[in-house]
Amino acid sequence: MKLLKNLLKSPMFVAGITLFLGTIILALIGPLTYPITLERVGSQYSTPFGRFFLGTDHLGRDYISLLLRGLRASLYVGFLAGTIATTIGTLLGIYGGFKGGIIDDMINMITNLFIVIPSFVVLILISGSFEDGRSLTLIGLIIGLTTWPWTARAVRAQSAAIKSKDHISLARINGDGTLLVLLKHILPYLASYVFMVFILQVASGILSEAAISMIGLGPLDSISLGTILNQAKNNGALGDGVWWAFIPSTIMITVIVFALYLINTSAEGVFNPRLRK
Amino acid sequence: MLKQYPSLRYILQRGVWYLLTFAVAVIINFFLPRLGSHNPVDIIMGKFSAGMSSEAARAKEEAYLKEFGLVKVRNGEILRDAAGKPLKTSNTEQFVNYIKMCFKGDLGTSFQKYPKKVLQVIIEAIPWTIALQLPTILLGWITGNVLGALAAYRRGAFDRVLFPAALFISALPSFVFGMLLLYYFSVVMNWFPAMGGYADAIVPSLSFEFIQSAAYHYLLPFLSIFCILAGGQAIGMRSMGIYELGTDYIKYAKWLGLKESRIIGWLFRNAMLPQLTGLALSLGTMIGGALITEMIFSYPGLGMAILTTIQNNDYPMIQGCTLLITTSVLLANFTVDILIGFLDPRVKAGLRIGKGN
Repeated sequence: MKLLKNLLKSPMFVAGITLFLGTIILALIGPLTYPITLERVGSQYSTPFGRFFLGTDHLGRDYISLLLRGLRASLYVGFLAGTIATTIGTLLGIYGGFKGGIIDDMINMITNLFIVIPSFVVLILISGSFEDGRSLTLIGLIIGLTTWPWTARAVRAQSAAIKSKDHISLARINGDGTLLVLLKHILPYLASYVFMVFILQVASGILSEAAISMIGLGPLDSISLGTILNQAKNNGALGDGVWWAFIPSTIMITVIVFALYLINTSAEGVFNPRLRK
Repeated sequence: MLKQYPSLRYILQRGVWYLLTFAVAVIINFFLPRLGSHNPVDIIMGKFSAGMSSEAARAKEEAYLKEFGLVKVRNGEILRDAAGKPLKTSNTEQFVNYIKMCFKGDLGTSFQKYPKKVLQVIIEAIPWTIALQLPTILLGWITGNVLGALAAYRRGAFDRVLFPAALFISALPSFVFGMLLLYYFSVVMNWFPAMGGYADAIVPSLSFEFIQSAAYHYLLPFLSIFCILAGGQAIGMRSMGIYELGTDYIKYAKWLGLKESRIIGWLFRNAMLPQLTGLALSLGTMIGGALITEMIFSYPGLGMAILTTIQNNDYPMIQGCTLLITTSVLLANFTVDILIGFLDPRVKAGLRIGKGN
């Protein structure tokens, strides 16, 4: 609780969390209050502030509906990928760092292997081969499954450092099993760290989805902010000056990612007092 | 083994490790596209068996299948089943073929630009990517580090302006920044060309006209990568600098009353190490790092090549490009490992007592 109070004292954190909660609320409440239609409702690229507040796209679809759907999809992908990457990475990292020995060596080897193979390449290769069932969830899964090594490496270092602390030895003497020690005595120490890693993983998940959609390998079953940009680009909105086709979604992506970075940076400042001043 | 040559041993150790990683990367590169429902082999086979019209077309298609190692061949003849259809090779056989071809420096033939070789398409695109990325990364890195170091050392107003600005710019996804620059400076203001690496009317040559046109097309993509990179580097350098400023050796040096310039020298030499690693790594991601920026500006580099490749399901091209990107990243990582081994006194000390890495 004291931690939360300290966090709330940081204006950067407050700004970040407000922006981020704002986008979540928009994604959740928006579809309830605004009549979403993904059908053709107007002419191609009708200008904003008329019948449609944000105009229509190349198929005459209402941009507000598309954006609300897209925002929700992008947040969903971010959370899915972030959760998977953080969970796998944290579990493997804590366990490996604490246990040491052959299991640690093996986890380390896999981690180091997949850290140097660019995950975007893996994303392109897998997405390219799933033409039929390329869903939003699949993309989130792939992103999560290719980005966990960063978490694992970072958490492992932290966990290995905590291992030799006195209270761990005490718990050991007390007869606590490995799992109990990990959950009760090591995880709480790492909680703030894992939280920051999670925030960054969510942000990178959202960006990865947008990037893979931009090159035309995005989800086929849903509209995301990335697919909106991809369609805008493919239909010449950029060169024709149809700004409403890409400005709102670029702003949305930027706001989400920037908010997450703000949260991460300010949290780092609170958790690591040396950066404050 | 090699106990008396710890450095050599270290290099060999890392080398073997990266060879192993490379092998895994090649396997992934080959098998991942064949996992899904949209199997490249089935697509090509389907395409060719559907359009079996004339003798000549069939001969061409079969030559094609043979070249990709997708059908069984004995003594230069395609093996057939009872109906006369070519026999498909198994995945393993295809993999062996692929590896053999790779060792010959042959990445296969592009489907879309047949009979152009994948390697040739890549070689045509690569100079543009490198010309765009190499100066941008170097300049961005230097600018970012100087600004970050200044911010860490001076703090105060300079830091209060620079830090949020750098944070904001580095948080901008590069494609977002690129799109905004493109829209504002070339569509709205009409100051810069929106597409391509040079004016369509000019044939690439070493003429003044061409260089001028290329430079003119260069500026926006350059800016869109440069600003984000410099911002990110500045943030990294700033926090490293602040961290080093708080360490005991700096405090000790201050208590000793040493000259400030000398302390700063030590400070930044130590803060530099992770930044150097960062530089080597970004040089490694150079080839694959600006794919989307290139797409947005229709810059004739590898990004555009990959985009058209993906739109046309040109698998040999996709595999060639991804293999190239992975290889360059691995090479960069290997270089970083070796560099750190020689530059970081901690790793060096570890080597000297013979503990390996």
